[in-house]
Amino acid sequence: MMEKHYYTSLTRNMTLIVILVSFTPLILIAGLIGYYFETSYRQKVMEHLHELVEKHQQLINSFLDEKLSYIKVLADSYTYDELTDETFLQNKLVILQNAYSGVFVDLGVVNSEGVQISYAGSLKLLNADYSKAEWFREAIKRDYYLSDVFLGLRRTPHFIISVKKRRGDTEWLLRATIDFVAFNSLVEQIHIGETGSAFIVNSAGELQTRPGTELAPNITSLLSRTSWAGMAGTGSAEPSASPIEEVKTSSSGSNAVSGIVKSRNRNIIFILMPLKSGEWTLAYLQDQDDAFSEVNRARVIALSIFILGCLAIVLVALFISQKVVGQIQKADLEKEMMNEQVIEAGKLASIGELAAGIAHEINNPVAIMVEEAGWMEDLLEEQELKENQNVDEFRRSLKQIGLQGVRCKEITHKLLSFARKTDPVHHEIQVNDTIEEILSICEERSKFNNIRVQTELDQHLPLISASPTELQQVFMNLINNSIDAIGSGGGLLEIRSRVEGDKVVVDIADTGHGISKSLMARIFDPFFTTKPVGKGTGLGLSICYGIIKKLGGNLTVDSSVGLGTTFHVNIPIHSETS
Amino acid sequence: MPMSSGDLINSEQDQSKGTKLLLVDDEEGYVTVLAKRLSKRNFQVKTARSGTEAIRILRNESFDLAVLDFKMEDMDGIEVLKIFKVMEPKMPVIILTGHGSETAAREGMEYGAFDYLVKPCDLSELVERIREACAKGP
Repeated sequence: MMEKHYYTSLTRNMTLIVILVSFTPLILIAGLIGYYFETSYRQKVMEHLHELVEKHQQLINSFLDEKLSYIKVLADSYTYDELTDETFLQNKLVILQNAYSGVFVDLGVVNSEGVQISYAGSLKLLNADYSKAEWFREAIKRDYYLSDVFLGLRRTPHFIISVKKRRGDTEWLLRATIDFVAFNSLVEQIHIGETGSAFIVNSAGELQTRPGTELAPNITSLLSRTSWAGMAGTGSAEPSASPIEEVKTSSSGSNAVSGIVKSRNRNIIFILMPLKSGEWTLAYLQDQDDAFSEVNRARVIALSIFILGCLAIVLVALFISQKVVGQIQKADLEKEMMNEQVIEAGKLASIGELAAGIAHEINNPVAIMVEEAGWMEDLLEEQELKENQNVDEFRRSLKQIGLQGVRCKEITHKLLSFARKTDPVHHEIQVNDTIEEILSICEERSKFNNIRVQTELDQHLPLISASPTELQQVFMNLINNSIDAIGSGGGLLEIRSRVEGDKVVVDIADTGHGISKSLMARIFDPFFTTKPVGKGTGLGLSICYGIIKKLGGNLTVDSSVGLGTTFHVNIPIHSETS
Repeated sequence: MPMSSGDLINSEQDQSKGTKLLLVDDEEGYVTVLAKRLSKRNFQVKTARSGTEAIRILRNESFDLAVLDFKMEDMDGIEVLKIFKVMEPKMPVIILTGHGSETAAREGMEYGAFDYLVKPCDLSELVERIREACAKGP
């Protein structure tokens, strides 16, 4: 459970670190570039709009100046008498109308009392009284005048250009009506995007041209509060009122005010420029989203790429960390298994050491016992004891002590062999010969048990360096074990030799009863035996193991209960100990 | 021709009459019984429990042969052997050794030991070796 938790947290930490390390610079770069791009793009858009509006401002100003200068030229070039001649005036109107189709609606001469004493045009306005009209009151005060747009007597929107002239003591005005439609189209040309449009308001905030969209009240109020301090068209202009909260204003070098105003939950960009020496204001309004639609689209694309990238990073981080942790888990498992093997080998080695110590310790008492028994046998030779009726029993018993002593000696010798305390001389050996030799020794036993022996020996087996007696011991033990495992019921014993890499491999396979899993871990332990008491010492396999390990090889086993057992002997061709 | 143990002892007695042996082993029980058995076979046996004791005895007496255990507590058997060979170069030495000490015993052969036997050994084999050694000389 703990293990699982460890790997889970490892995966999580790795994923988080990868995500964090990849996201941080990505977010920083994306944010930074996005910010600068957006800022500069907005600035560029605003500049572009400014330029556009400014151009139109000049266009409108020059339009108005031009029209005024025509009237001025007309007033200067001809006398009052000439201009009051209606036919003459009609001629001039036709010339003007031919030159500027539809711009000039009519011409008229108005005396100082505000009565139109001469008129050329489509309407019947001769002798019309303008004394009460606002434009007249303003016009009579100045040399030139451009009126606001008004409905006037004719009930259609128009505005008037007038030039004041003096004739003796009295003043008179030459006035021309400018068609609103022609003028309006000049302003309406400024149409950008879906919502960008321009219009003109006078100083009172009254519309002079039709706006493209309906104006929100706060925009109207913003417009009405704007007055142009620098009447001459130079110097900075400020909105007269202090900017309300949602209005951001900025005045650029040119005579203009721009900013963003919030209206009906939309941000509206506005650019205001003076016209007619500040009496009118050319206003340009555009929905911010519309003006910055390009940057918004770019932002959407960038955001999609960013999100997709993040998603990819997360997926890859998850995938990689899971894969890496999987590998780590596998490596840990292998390490654990290796540790187990090392522990097992260590256990065998320490048992070997212990056994060697015991063997040495037992040797002396056994030697004494054997000698003491011998001494008693010597004493039995004395004449006076020979007549004792139990003397044969004594002899038998003492002989038995001697025999058992020899058996003890054999056991200790085997133990020492396992502990590798003996150091037999190594020779170059052909493993196949050793196998054949042992098989010939065991021939009788296998025949007796109805065991069929099959060999499959590689004839090109290289020589190995080992002690011949030790190697004989190994194969003797293994083959004897196989014969024991098959038992008297008969079966098959197969012995195969071959070269695998730099090792000679010998397989000894039997069709015996097999080794159960629970015993498998103990078969190489000394004194472990499944044979009946007195039949086996339990040292055979541990000695084989010790010998093969000493040669730098390995002894492994495969077994399944009921099917049989196969021992694999691996011996390096170039022995480590040689 | 099979021989009874009694006959064996008698024949051994005849051939080894008066042969003086020095038995060196720190295992009390072993050296005592071995001395008794060899005495019964008409050898004159003297025992020493350690290398130093053996050297002391050898200073005052001379022996026909020494049987030396190679695993003793006070002195290494090979050291004792070297000293023996200096004191009595003509005296043959038979080494007794435990299992696994064959290497040391073989080394002992290089220093002039007559032969070595692995404990526990058959007494008749030991007697055979002693006889051979005495007949052959060092």
